[in-house]
Amino acid sequence: MAGFLKGRTAVVGIGQTAFGKGLESTELSLACQAISAALDDAGIKPSEVDGLASFNMEDGREVDVARNVGLGEITYFSQVGYGGGAGCGVTGQAALAVATGQCEVAVAWRARKRASKTSRPWAKVNQRIPGSWQFSRPFGVVRPVDEIALLTRRHMHEFGTTRDHLANVAIALRKHANRNPVATMGHKTLSREDYMNARWISEPLCLFDNCLETDGALAVVIVSADRAKDCANKPVYIHAFAQGLPPQHNVMTNYFCADPLRGPAWTAATRLWANADVGPDDVKVAQLYDAFSPLIPLSLEGYGFCDRGEGGPFTDDGNIEWPNGRLPVNTSGGGMSEANVHGFNLVLEGVRQIRGTSTCQVEGAGVSLVTSGEGVPTSAILFTEDA
Amino acid sequence: MEGSFLLPDVEDEDTAGFWSGTAAGELRVQACGSCGQWRMPPRPMCPSCRSVEVTWVATNGRGSIWSFIVPHPPLLPAYAELAPYNAIIVELEEDPSIRIVGNLIADETAAINSIDPTTIRIGEPVRVVFQQVDDVTLPRWVRA
Repeated sequence: MAGFLKGRTAVVGIGQTAFGKGLESTELSLACQAISAALDDAGIKPSEVDGLASFNMEDGREVDVARNVGLGEITYFSQVGYGGGAGCGVTGQAALAVATGQCEVAVAWRARKRASKTSRPWAKVNQRIPGSWQFSRPFGVVRPVDEIALLTRRHMHEFGTTRDHLANVAIALRKHANRNPVATMGHKTLSREDYMNARWISEPLCLFDNCLETDGALAVVIVSADRAKDCANKPVYIHAFAQGLPPQHNVMTNYFCADPLRGPAWTAATRLWANADVGPDDVKVAQLYDAFSPLIPLSLEGYGFCDRGEGGPFTDDGNIEWPNGRLPVNTSGGGMSEANVHGFNLVLEGVRQIRGTSTCQVEGAGVSLVTSGEGVPTSAILFTEDA
Repeated sequence: MEGSFLLPDVEDEDTAGFWSGTAAGELRVQACGSCGQWRMPPRPMCPSCRSVEVTWVATNGRGSIWSFIVPHPPLLPAYAELAPYNAIIVELEEDPSIRIVGNLIADETAAINSIDPTTIRIGEPVRVVFQQVDDVTLPRWVRA
């Protein structure tokens, strides 16, 4: 049965900056540029914006964004934590705020610079380690890739997931990026041989199991379904939204609970599908958060596209590749081959699949799933063509 | 060299009992002072009975490998010097729901790169040993 949110709001504007390394603009400036582009895309004046939802890791605060872009009387602003888990969270909270009348024009965004102090919290090393990180970092589990590699090895042990499955992910996403002119890896192909010969980063994960590091920003504009009918673009309706924080979860180092391989995706999925008129079988295209390749098999399991432990084999036979796969995944190249802006590029690609403007367009997609980071408190959103 | 490892704040209110245990040559886990349930990493409230009473229980220091990785550069300098090394997760023999991250080493004085990583297996039995790094005593693991 559909939830309260179904069809009440729509994305009517999307905007983004260039992707790159060492862009000259500050993170705040990138945020303002992306938001400005999204408002232009929607045909909405900055002074009409009255709602904001942002990542709590943003350098640019709401006040700074509002003063720069020239926003109006803001009556709703919220933040979501946990980095890669927040992309659908801010988008969904912006939609909730519009749907409940807390604001009329809401903007959600993410801007990121590799050199930004807030972008890479694990790189802050000049102090004694506090809290639960004391039980991983001193032993050389230092980087996000180390933390996820420990879960990956266990998934391989319990379910027989292989490096070939992870290669399926990396290769599919690269093929999609090769069709996307703005993708960082747009002009670089990736073969299975390239993957198998790549250097290790944290065994069992190699270089090509990791996302890119990208400077850039993206934004969406959300209004009510009524107002969306008057906007320039085809409305992309928010059908359902959920966040997910399972019992006894520990961010990234999720080793200290009964079942570490049943992560936040399962929690978000239960609410998402409960609030939707559709189920996994109705979804023809998905953007699944991919800071690391193994998060895609885990998300395929968590969101119910296959049984527990079958996420690896699901990627076989081109099953996640455009155009002929059962479920083309990360059709702009994702974090691994387009850009890694904490998964916000996945949100925009999910919108484009409903607009019909993806460079790997799934014909008649109708329903488009976007998820945020598995491994951290997460979120997911379903976009639909019909209200 | 090991002095630039990432070291815990051993005076952290919640975790100090663990680090005073390792300094005394014991692998202690936090236990609820009311219902007795073990919990790690340490934290102020028991999720089972919501008591804030805390005790520390010495374990037998035995367990088995639940997962492992072999990190390679780019890494912070202290770790890069030793790479590739291993990091393991151990589930404790006395309560397998308690898992502890560490390193498998050849003997009590060996470095974290002293084991051929291709020989490490999930399920291998291990026992705890202790190594002093600056003012901190870190638990590490040897084959049992």
